[in-house]
Amino acid sequence: MNISEKGFEAIKDLLYKMADDQLIIGHRNSEWTGLGPVLEEDIAFSSMAQDKLGHSQALYDVLSQMGEGDPDTIAFMRNAEQFHCCHLVEYPIGEYEFSLMRHFFFDNAELLRFEMLADSSFEPLSFIAKKIKGEIKYHSMHADIWISQLGSASEESKIRMQNALNETFPLALGVFEKGIFEDVLKSEGIFEGEDVLKERWMSAVSQIIEKAGLKLPEVNSITPSLGGRRGKHTEYLQPLLDEMTEVFRIDPSAEW
Amino acid sequence: MTAESVRQALYEVSDPEIPTISIVDLGIVTKIETSDTETHVTLTPTFAGCPALRIMERLVENKLKEKGFPNPKATTSFDVQWNTGMISEEGLQALKKHGLAPPPPTTGNDYAELLKHMPCPYCDSKNTELKSPFGPTLCRSIHYCNDCHQSFEAFKPVK
Ligand SMILES: [Zn+2]
Repeated sequence: MNISEKGFEAIKDLLYKMADDQLIIGHRNSEWTGLGPVLEEDIAFSSMAQDKLGHSQALYDVLSQMGEGDPDTIAFMRNAEQFHCCHLVEYPIGEYEFSLMRHFFFDNAELLRFEMLADSSFEPLSFIAKKIKGEIKYHSMHADIWISQLGSASEESKIRMQNALNETFPLALGVFEKGIFEDVLKSEGIFEGEDVLKERWMSAVSQIIEKAGLKLPEVNSITPSLGGRRGKHTEYLQPLLDEMTEVFRIDPSAEW
Repeated sequence: MTAESVRQALYEVSDPEIPTISIVDLGIVTKIETSDTETHVTLTPTFAGCPALRIMERLVENKLKEKGFPNPKATTSFDVQWNTGMISEEGLQALKKHGLAPPPPTTGNDYAELLKHMPCPYCDSKNTELKSPFGPTLCRSIHYCNDCHQSFEAFKPVK
């Protein structure tokens, strides 16, 4: 399928939001290094962080090949208003159960998103999606295992998990905020769209939540945390970007 | 200079993280183009975030330069997506020799099942358990063998 000029604008918008999500969650995950509740979790979050940063890099590389400039410059030299990440990834790591719930909601959405994009009409994206979906499955698997275990552990852990779930859910719904090019993405076969993704995600996460003995709030009663996809962010993003940019300015060759 | 002679030379380049396996046996060499003046090798990443990618490109270029190939250049591309099914039989043996359980064939939807009973690289027992799907590097998981009572790492199946 031929992609129109508008289609390419739509692809850039899509790539930015995906890459920005990966970059920011990668940095948040890396903040668990040395702080995880057990050593295995320390390693798991560090390892996932490295994966996410690698995935963001691969997506910024595509943007770069589309004429958006040097990948590192795109990643580290923009202000918050130029970022398209969702609010879910911006929040500080908080308590472990918050980070875990975020990881669960986010990675289940990402797995499904990359599975959908494996069929994209834009080949460079479909190639990367085919690659990344095989890796992300380990992330969602890790999250699913923990949610199941903690949901059915002690009464206290169950309450804490339910509270974390309630807190995270409106943020998680913000993942599916549409960009301005949603129709173009669909009509040109680039991406089936956020509505389809959200529906698949609801079905995937609700099964696991239910099995874990937790409860998903009624979707229609929740106001999703929107704005991120259009450059409106929480107060937490800019300070994180400042920190990242500082490291980049001091040593542009630093490994992320 | 033929593509085959380049391939032979690349058997001498090993994965920086697992020195017992060559990049050819690892299955990451996806394209070799040669002419009288140029030598171009395309690699595909094992894991998208693999930090050794740039290092491997340099290793390939240096090896080909050393062997006298004209203008060697190595680049990385996702056009062919690597999976653990692309590791050769020799490669699987080399992983085991390095103390890593080699990845079993995978459909891509059976990771959890496969990791539950990875064969122990030391005693071949399948009476093992998964400790963590994440190990010290992106491609490894951590396991424990209930028969020889040792921890071991596996090269994770990926597709
Ligand atoms: Zn054993």
